[in-house]
Amino acid sequence: MTTSTREPVPAAVEAPAARPSREVYRDLLAELIGKDERLVCLDSDTGLFSSVDWGAAQDRYVNLGIAEQNMMGVAAGLARCGRMPFANTMAAFAGTRALEAVKLDIALNNLPVRIAATHSGLSAGHLGSTHHALEDLAVMRLLPNMTVLVPADAAATEELVRASLDVPGPVYLRLGRGGTPDLGADLPPLRVGVAQRLRSGRDVTLIATGPYPVLAALAAAKELADEGIAAGVLNMHTVKPLDVDAVVEAAETTAAVVTVEEHWAAGGLGSAIAEVVAGLGVACPVRRVAVQDRFAAGSGGQQHLLERNGITAEAVAAETRRALLGRRVG
Amino acid sequence: MPATDTRTLEEHALRVRELIVEMCGNPEGGHLGGSMSLVETLVTLYHSVLRIDPQHPDAPDRDLLVLSKGHGAIGLYAALAERGFFPEEELTGYGVPDGMLTAHPNPAVPGVEMPTGSLGHGLPLGVGFALDARLAGSDRRCFVLLGDGELQEGSVWEAAMAAASHRLDRLVAVVDRNGLQITGPTENTAGLEPLAERWRSFGWTAIEVDGHDPARLQTALGGAPQVAGRPTVVIARTVKGKGLPHVEGQARSHYARLAGRQQKRALAVLAAQRKKTETVA
Repeated sequence: MTTSTREPVPAAVEAPAARPSREVYRDLLAELIGKDERLVCLDSDTGLFSSVDWGAAQDRYVNLGIAEQNMMGVAAGLARCGRMPFANTMAAFAGTRALEAVKLDIALNNLPVRIAATHSGLSAGHLGSTHHALEDLAVMRLLPNMTVLVPADAAATEELVRASLDVPGPVYLRLGRGGTPDLGADLPPLRVGVAQRLRSGRDVTLIATGPYPVLAALAAAKELADEGIAAGVLNMHTVKPLDVDAVVEAAETTAAVVTVEEHWAAGGLGSAIAEVVAGLGVACPVRRVAVQDRFAAGSGGQQHLLERNGITAEAVAAETRRALLGRRVG
Repeated sequence: MPATDTRTLEEHALRVRELIVEMCGNPEGGHLGGSMSLVETLVTLYHSVLRIDPQHPDAPDRDLLVLSKGHGAIGLYAALAERGFFPEEELTGYGVPDGMLTAHPNPAVPGVEMPTGSLGHGLPLGVGFALDARLAGSDRRCFVLLGDGELQEGSVWEAAMAAASHRLDRLVAVVDRNGLQITGPTENTAGLEPLAERWRSFGWTAIEVDGHDPARLQTALGGAPQVAGRPTVVIARTVKGKGLPHVEGQARSHYARLAGRQQKRALAVLAAQRKKTETVA
């Protein structure tokens, strides 16, 4: 059977969408801020916090207006004085518009600012290309001192936000807009910098980051299993610092690596992994399922745009088959 | 001012100018003009306004200063050394490979709070400092030294709006209004006037002073805030290259190397000014 006759396998599994990661994050921040005097919530008029009752921490919610560069500088100033500010904006603005302030005020000084970036990837959907963020992983992982976290569902958001409090330097937290399906209970706990193994497989390793890419990898692995291909799946929730050991193990013990991300192919997770594998001297192809070098023009929801741009389980399975062509598996 | 220090602010300023001229003798040269215009502001702040202790540069609750016009770094280094944050002899390390003294402020240098150099970053940092002070119930003041050309950066005005809206009256900005940017007068490039009116319309108290008159600077800076709940900007009218008549008021003084005879001549000019100051005293 060729891939062209294959019916698309939906990226999303049957499970209903859970709470949006940005709302999970918001509610957790509202809880944490009451217990930790260091925390400050800086807003760039996102509207995300309109319903929050900050209680005694009201003075530590500060709306600085629609001025993201200023917000990053203010965050750095607060952090220099011992605070742990959460700077809130959309990923599209955090990664590019405010970049210089992130680089010079926050990263250069290695200050514990948490940049909470919603609407990442294509999650802004019909809002259009101005609101998509397909470059932010590349941009943020370039910066020395930065930790880049990408929760794949609501539970992971909670875990990673809590874990971020213990990261000494700056953190970029990549959040979505709408709800995405839960990955399920009983998953291995998340540790910053350590890939989460969701499935074992001796033939090939699928490495994904973010909600739909992880779901696509899991669905593809299931499909491939029916063909006798054992695909392992790693949830690379920490894009920086990358779990190099996990990547090396995948490259050395399985025949190929296929990466999946809601991001441009250049510079993101796939690039980070290819950089590691290229230096190993092992014959392990790395194939990337990512948005190609174009703006995702046109309207449509997140899942529609993901399908249009080939971030699907079908595409992951197809890339895996290509990667394994001529290689002995099973 | 410490009781043991009998130098006047003018004398401190002259010494800082000498140190700047010496640093500009480095093979790399230095940002001469915008450092010289800033000298009285720096000296007045470090000797008579800031709550700081050179022996304890990281003391809690100290006043904070950010040199947002980071190209004035040699002026800042000279002022810090002259104030006793580190020995003046260490200034000979300016521009030396692997040394700390880079041409834009390096926070590894005692007394330097933040690295700056890309313009438009200092005021947002100052807003963060002042916000923390308010949350912490501290009366510390936060000073941000801005260039006038720097005001062409939009982030300055983002911060100006936020500071006024959040009533950050512990925040004090100083504009080194020497009127020149690299290519010439600011007013021929992206004009700033009426500058005080612009700041006032953003909700700030704006005070214009002769930026080479320490007494007036002392009153303006020491007295801020004049109005509770309002941030203050002191517009210091200055002369680029101040102290060296052959480069004063000239855009080309922005960056210079003063080697050999040029440096001797500059030091001689400053020595003559010192004599004049001492005679008057």
